[in-house]
Amino acid sequence: MPARATAPLRLAGACLRLLLVMTLLLGVAYPGAVLLVGRLVPERADGSPVRVDGRVVGSALLGQSVPEGPEGDAWFHPRPSAAGDGYDPLSSGASNLGPSSPELLALVEERRARVAEREGVDPALVPADALTASGSGLDPHVSPAYAALQVPRVARERGLPEDEVRAMVDDATTGRWLGVVGQPAVEVLALNVAVEEAADPAVVR
Amino acid sequence: MSDGVAGALQVALLVAALLAAQGPLGAWIARSVSSTRHLGAERVVYRLAGVDPDADMRWAVYARSVLVFSAVSVLALFALQRLQAALPLSVGLPGVEPATAWNTAVSFVTNTNWQSYSGESAMGHLVQAAGLAVQNFLSAAVGVCVAIALVRGFTRSRTDRLGSFWADLVRVVVRVLLPLSLVAAVVMLLGGVVQNLSAPTTVTTLTGGTQTLVGGPVASQEAIKELGTNGGGFYNANSAHPFEGPSAWVSLLQVFLLLVVPFSMPAALGRLVGDRRQGRLLLAVMGGLWLLAVTAVTWAETTGAGLVPQAAGASVEGKETRFGEALSALFAASTTATSTGAVNSFHDSYTAAGGGVLMLSMMLGEVTPGGVGSGLYGMLVLTVLAVFLAGLMVGRTPELLGKKIGPQQMVLVALNVLAMPALLLVGAAVTAGVPALVDASVQDAGPHGLSEVLYAYASAANNNGSAFAGFGAATTYQNTALGVVMLLGRFVPLVLVLALAGSLARQSAVPAGAGTLSTRSPVFGALLAVVVVVVAGLTFVPALALAPLAEALS
Repeated sequence: MPARATAPLRLAGACLRLLLVMTLLLGVAYPGAVLLVGRLVPERADGSPVRVDGRVVGSALLGQSVPEGPEGDAWFHPRPSAAGDGYDPLSSGASNLGPSSPELLALVEERRARVAEREGVDPALVPADALTASGSGLDPHVSPAYAALQVPRVARERGLPEDEVRAMVDDATTGRWLGVVGQPAVEVLALNVAVEEAADPAVVR
Repeated sequence: MSDGVAGALQVALLVAALLAAQGPLGAWIARSVSSTRHLGAERVVYRLAGVDPDADMRWAVYARSVLVFSAVSVLALFALQRLQAALPLSVGLPGVEPATAWNTAVSFVTNTNWQSYSGESAMGHLVQAAGLAVQNFLSAAVGVCVAIALVRGFTRSRTDRLGSFWADLVRVVVRVLLPLSLVAAVVMLLGGVVQNLSAPTTVTTLTGGTQTLVGGPVASQEAIKELGTNGGGFYNANSAHPFEGPSAWVSLLQVFLLLVVPFSMPAALGRLVGDRRQGRLLLAVMGGLWLLAVTAVTWAETTGAGLVPQAAGASVEGKETRFGEALSALFAASTTATSTGAVNSFHDSYTAAGGGVLMLSMMLGEVTPGGVGSGLYGMLVLTVLAVFLAGLMVGRTPELLGKKIGPQQMVLVALNVLAMPALLLVGAAVTAGVPALVDASVQDAGPHGLSEVLYAYASAANNNGSAFAGFGAATTYQNTALGVVMLLGRFVPLVLVLALAGSLARQSAVPAGAGTLSTRSPVFGALLAVVVVVVAGLTFVPALALAPLAEALS
């Protein structure tokens, strides 16, 4: 083969070899090193599992569905979710409906009516996060306002004093980091575990 | 503390951290690419690959090396996805179908990271770690290489050589991106970002339902995804997914990571050309425009105008509770101003004004501060344009950093400035003009539907990768067309920039005289900012008026 024809092939060969070496370094050694560090903090590396009675019931980082209707009334409800049928980590994501979407507007009004009826409050009192789906569809939090709205119902269903449930909400609330970063939020799964423990002393975390 | 004050202090905290980091990191990048010594690890890489790190390349050879390396990368990544089912760690997922595999391969090699697939249900651990994440490093490093080659065009005289692509690439990876990623990955791991090789596990939830937890090598990929301004999420929900963005501080750290290298490149330029004031001027222009975008998006999202935000009481559709409107807006403005495209909230549901600013940020050509490397070379091209305009206005010979700007340079600059808008507008016009394509991909009716199309092509042509995700990108036409736009949007400007570098390096340096216009003065900085905004403004205002502006006013 004449020299001019082999030059591009030689270049491609060199590029391929460089890519393979880089893949070993960046695609095997680097993630491998981080995996090893992860074994030092397995709870973190494995998605912060939450255990009840020694059984994993979910992740502290992920929200979970709570059934609508009477069987869900004993629990704090999370935000609406656009992930699959709700809180499905196999299809995380948002509704992606636009700010003037009639479909989204209808959803908001439907959710407002449902939440107001469930909590027995004036529809105007339902906070925005109870009416909208999050970005991930797995939002583990609700706003302090939405949690406060649910306290009377959960206390009633569980036979617990409202003050005690309100204290549990406070325990499950994280403020802003350094007082400025992010937004105060209430972790729903932790709260529901606390409620379950208080209502049924046989349950151990 | 009120929400507004907390939001402002959060930005102030980020700005302070960036200002502290950009000087030392810029100096380190400059030192790394101009070092005369090869590290032991680098020698091993050169030997195994069989490349000569001391080959001083002409611009055409440098460009050819970049193009062939990228082409080989596209083919390898395409093959890896197609063969997924037969490879280990696929966690039971099938091979990726051809149109998606093509789109994804192009997307990651061009530093776009547009994703027409859903990570958790399409890509196994091996493809993510050994395919996609590797390109996160390499595509970012290629951007820095081209920026450095352009800077050498200014610093070198009467030569046709721009340095060695091999040495530049390997050094940027080994000395800059890899160590920083390792630190960032470990910090994020401690913050709760997942890192394992588990297959999905199904658990019974507290209320008796089921939920399948999907793990993977996320932290290692998340670090370089932000640091390399890539943006392709491990999961479909990207950094909004609690396994990628578990808390507010981790999300703010991610904003820092995606801004830090682009904002350090001006300092690297300052060091390399021996004129640190010039670097600071570019930093000020980039930073000022970024801050304007942050302010505008934050205002739009916290005010929450529009039908749905008004009905719900706040613009929180597609936003996470732990981040809130302010941190979501900060992330969104930063990810679109640096060609990153990672998201911690979903832009399609933003207010019309907020979404419009995000689009405009990309349409500026990703220079405020832009992608890793590509932000600096894009800004230098616009600086040449500003020098030329200033020269016309005051009747002086246009010069920049000791090099004359002649007809040859201006032709290359003009082509460069025209390439992205042509790709964006023609691509968007074809989709918006063909009813079958509209039906297949556009979700919302009216102006918001046009916004979805414009956003998609702005994202692809500027190698950003974020989306108005209601847009159905997973069709064969969009996979193919967006792939072509990403490819041309990356490599046409890149080759033109290397040609510009070659033409500058051949000149001898002209000493600054009394007739030289200062390119380090605040006046020139203001002119440069105006050029950045006006070039994009004149090109895109008609399209923006029909889409986000019309929606905001309706």
